[in-house]
Amino acid sequence: MSDPTEHGLTRDEVAKVAALAMLELTDDELTTFTGQLAAVLEHAKDVEALDVADVPPTNHPYPLTNVFRVDDAAAVSVEDKERMRQAVLATAPEAEDQQFMVPPALGEEL
Amino acid sequence: MNQQNDTLENETPVSSTMLSAWTTESSVEREPQGLPDGWEMVIGLDVHAELATETKMFSPATNQFGGEPNTNIHPVCLGLPGTLPVVNGKAVELSIRVGLALNCTVQRCIFARKNYFYPDMPKDYQISQYDRPLNINGSIQLPSGHVVGVERAHMEEDTGKSTHVGDSGRIHDAGYSLVDYNRAGVPLLEIVSHPDIRGPEEAKAYAAELQAIVIAVGASDGKFEEGSMRVDANVSVRPAGSDELRTRCEIKNVNSLRSLGRAIQYEAQRHVDLYLAGDKPVQETRHWDEEGGRTRAGRSKEQAEDYRYFADPDLVPVDPSPQWIDEIRAALPALPRERRQALLDAGGDPENVAMAVQRNLDSLALVAVSAGAPIDKALVHIVNNLAVDGAEELNAEHFAALVTMESNGDLTSTQAKQVLGEMVESGRAPADLAAEHGFEAMDTSELDVLLDGIIADHPDEWQRFCDGENKLQGMFTGQIMKATQGKADGKVIAQLLASKKST
Amino acid sequence: MTDAPITGLTLAADIAAGRSSAVAALDGHLARIAEREDEIHAFNLVTADQARAAAESIDQRLAAGEDVGPLAGVPVALKDNMCTEGVATTCSSRILEGWIPPYDATVVQKLEAAGAVMVGKTNLDEFAMGSSTENSAFGPTLNPLDTSRVPGGSSGGSAAAVAAGFAPLSLGSDTGGSIRQPAALCGVVGMKPSYGAVSRYGLIAFASSLDQIGPFTHDVADSAALFEVIAGHDPQDSTSIPHQALTDAGVLSVSERLSEGVDGLRVGVISELMGSIDGFEPEVLAQTRAAADALAGAGAKVDEVSIPSAIYGLSAYYLIAPAEASSNLARYDGVRYGHREQGKANTGLMMSASRTAGFGAEVKRRIMLGTYGLSAGYHDAFYGKAQRVRTLIINDFERAYQDFDVLLSPTSPCVAFPFGAKADPLTMYLNDVATIPSNLAGHPALSVPFGTGADNMPVGVQVLAPMLGEAVMYQVAAEIERAAVAAGGAS
Ligand SMILES: [Mg+2]
Ligand SMILES: [Zn+2]
Repeated sequence: MSDPTEHGLTRDEVAKVAALAMLELTDDELTTFTGQLAAVLEHAKDVEALDVADVPPTNHPYPLTNVFRVDDAAAVSVEDKERMRQAVLATAPEAEDQQFMVPPALGEEL
Repeated sequence: MNQQNDTLENETPVSSTMLSAWTTESSVEREPQGLPDGWEMVIGLDVHAELATETKMFSPATNQFGGEPNTNIHPVCLGLPGTLPVVNGKAVELSIRVGLALNCTVQRCIFARKNYFYPDMPKDYQISQYDRPLNINGSIQLPSGHVVGVERAHMEEDTGKSTHVGDSGRIHDAGYSLVDYNRAGVPLLEIVSHPDIRGPEEAKAYAAELQAIVIAVGASDGKFEEGSMRVDANVSVRPAGSDELRTRCEIKNVNSLRSLGRAIQYEAQRHVDLYLAGDKPVQETRHWDEEGGRTRAGRSKEQAEDYRYFADPDLVPVDPSPQWIDEIRAALPALPRERRQALLDAGGDPENVAMAVQRNLDSLALVAVSAGAPIDKALVHIVNNLAVDGAEELNAEHFAALVTMESNGDLTSTQAKQVLGEMVESGRAPADLAAEHGFEAMDTSELDVLLDGIIADHPDEWQRFCDGENKLQGMFTGQIMKATQGKADGKVIAQLLASKKST
Repeated sequence: MTDAPITGLTLAADIAAGRSSAVAALDGHLARIAEREDEIHAFNLVTADQARAAAESIDQRLAAGEDVGPLAGVPVALKDNMCTEGVATTCSSRILEGWIPPYDATVVQKLEAAGAVMVGKTNLDEFAMGSSTENSAFGPTLNPLDTSRVPGGSSGGSAAAVAAGFAPLSLGSDTGGSIRQPAALCGVVGMKPSYGAVSRYGLIAFASSLDQIGPFTHDVADSAALFEVIAGHDPQDSTSIPHQALTDAGVLSVSERLSEGVDGLRVGVISELMGSIDGFEPEVLAQTRAAADALAGAGAKVDEVSIPSAIYGLSAYYLIAPAEASSNLARYDGVRYGHREQGKANTGLMMSASRTAGFGAEVKRRIMLGTYGLSAGYHDAFYGKAQRVRTLIINDFERAYQDFDVLLSPTSPCVAFPFGAKADPLTMYLNDVATIPSNLAGHPALSVPFGTGADNMPVGVQVLAPMLGEAVMYQVAAEIERAAVAAGGAS
């Protein structure tokens, strides 16, 4: 099996990743970023030397489980909700009829 | 752009008559349905059920259907910068209830982020579960007896909703969309079946049974018409009898169980046609077009789905203790299958029994039976006359009394139906309502005398009726109804006419 | 630095005793801001009017005999990635243009409850991604000790604000060293708490499993006092440590330990961070050894200790942090708040155009790196593996803490460097090698000034402690500070 880290990062891969991250890159940026990201990944190869197959991953430094919130609708008052609505709509790029306005989502009208 | 949503929009409300239309056609046959000879369908269903909590999955905002746009919101479910999710303990409990009702193993689980850009989704990722879901390895036994495996039932959050605003007369040429985040963050349980379903009827029976279960355990209101239950179907076909799994397509945008059946039928046939033409289907998400009666490929398939799942670092594992699981198990109400069995044991007709449980009205029938009323009449009322709002609130003793009055001959079936309708509306007792209308069933001897009088008044007509002019039955029935002011039972009149004609 | 800085505790005591007032304290600091802020650019926003109203209210409450809190009337500056209700919060990014949070971060509520007066929001590397504050969309912050040099980063504005006397106290956030490194470069005390000791609610996320908020102060006593104010369990943060665990470990009462000395404590100097990795300046290493010697002189048992996995921390960090960031920063899409590119034909085009225009180069780099590391086929080789390396680091630390109470290292391999000196991203990343392991392990760590290095710039010595070991960490830091003062240190 080929280890993905063994291969140098290609421009095509960076272009694909940029699209996935919803970023547009010029040709020059693509070249620059490819070189820079490849250098970082090259450096990160040092972890290959480590055998971690039997080591469990750490997702949280301080292990906790079952952290729950009480299901109480009264926790947020009607006034707070209305205040919140006005505040977030006031800083929205565009709003209409108490909703967030966006350009049409092409291809969505099914 | 990659806009994949794994939840369904629900635009077309489903009426209760549509619901009754599909639940009565419960499938007992297991042959492939409606495909050319030699082919069979392989179907798995992903069902999303909104959980009946007061607040959202990770946010203290109210979980409520409808309402003014953007009123059930809070910084957390709007995904505002800096906010953090905290798990709603009640949502976990309801999810475990469903898991136990589906015979699942309930396990320590983690939340994962499913990353994709979508304007209705405030964080541009959905908190869901991936490789460690809460419930795994369950099953559902359908009324037909067939068992469908449940791979998993995992917790996640819903998206908001956007409405496209048309272009006509607006400044914006192509129109625009308005986004409402009231639904964003509503807790969902996604129940994923194994591909054990072989036809549209079986798919509908599975979805109906799952709906009955989530309602029975109080986990969800299971309303297709409000979108609190939504079904995606994974459909493929294969040569009958083989065990291969061919390329499947996931059908979304199915807004009712009737559509589910139609969509599966269409999609399976499409696959067969492709194979017969020497072609084959492509794995993709397709949307059901209700008006066109066909499925259609989603746009933009050039970019493969890559959700970049990883454990959500803002949340910690849920690890239900054996004691907690036991407590939840002990508090579970009777499940639809047991409830159906109780009515079947009392001699109920299987289809009517299934419907009564589906409507959550089976306890009415049980109370009526234990009060000495016949189960058939009780079930017929439940199936035919109680598909109405408010039926759940009907007083079981009142219902039992009504069925008893009818079976004792104190009310005709027509009168009983009318009284039942008024009982639902008013909550009053059947005896009072019947007395107010002056309803009392005519006994047969009274009708006999009345009919003799009518025959005497119309000798010619009677002779023609006896000679086989059947349409005259209506005339005689009408005369009796007129004379009794409608209190006579139509069925009894028919019997009486038949017996007099043959003597 | 001409005058000796006024500490927060001194100021609080003066105000409480009526020798000064909240308004006078504020005016003094606003005057220093007026004098040097144009040159330093520590702030994205100075909230003078709101601060004056808050100070006046505190003075009235004090006059009425109320207990206003331990920091009554003390000015504090906040890194501009902590949400403040009604006050713009930018993360030094164009993408958050026009956004005003409708809620306060938990630390902001805690500061207010303690009587502190917020004077402004400080500059940072965009979304806290950087080690020099050069990545701010609003221009860099300058090091108050030498304006040709960087203040460090990403909390460069908060470090500079304290160093320049704009506020005696400030808060920063530390994901891979973003408090400790600028503290070292600006000659102040900076501390990253145990992960979960301070609520992250309202801190705009960079890398969720690594981010912690912590204090910048002139001295260790102020640091302990400010930490006590902001620490504590928060039900709004699922990763917040339960109250009982915090109190059992003495995390909420660290000030009590400052005068205890270090007699009998065991101090391990991390050998991997004392020269076996390239790039450590000899003066920095010499000062760290001098600090260790000072501790030995005060009765501590000092020895070398090896944390073999520490050198892999950097790689693990640059796989984990960008991955989490790529997801955390997805929400900046122009739909609900922040920058939107107008005139786009559909939502998808609007989203990409807004993100492209709104994010700076370093943020884009890390988003792409993280997206790559999480994408299909790479998750296990990158993110998954890095999470396992994290376990190795924790195991190595735990082994070391069987023999030592605290560990010691330089905070930064070098003193404050000139602008543009580390233009290559990888070179800049390597600057965080000593601070990153504590973030990966979730352990507390503190940088305390100790003497000077090249060009008379301050050196920071890092004290590392085990999970919830803040008390012993402060105990040792206080001793290092006493030694630095006795030696006529630079601060
Ligand atoms: Mg699905
Ligand atoms: Zn789903």
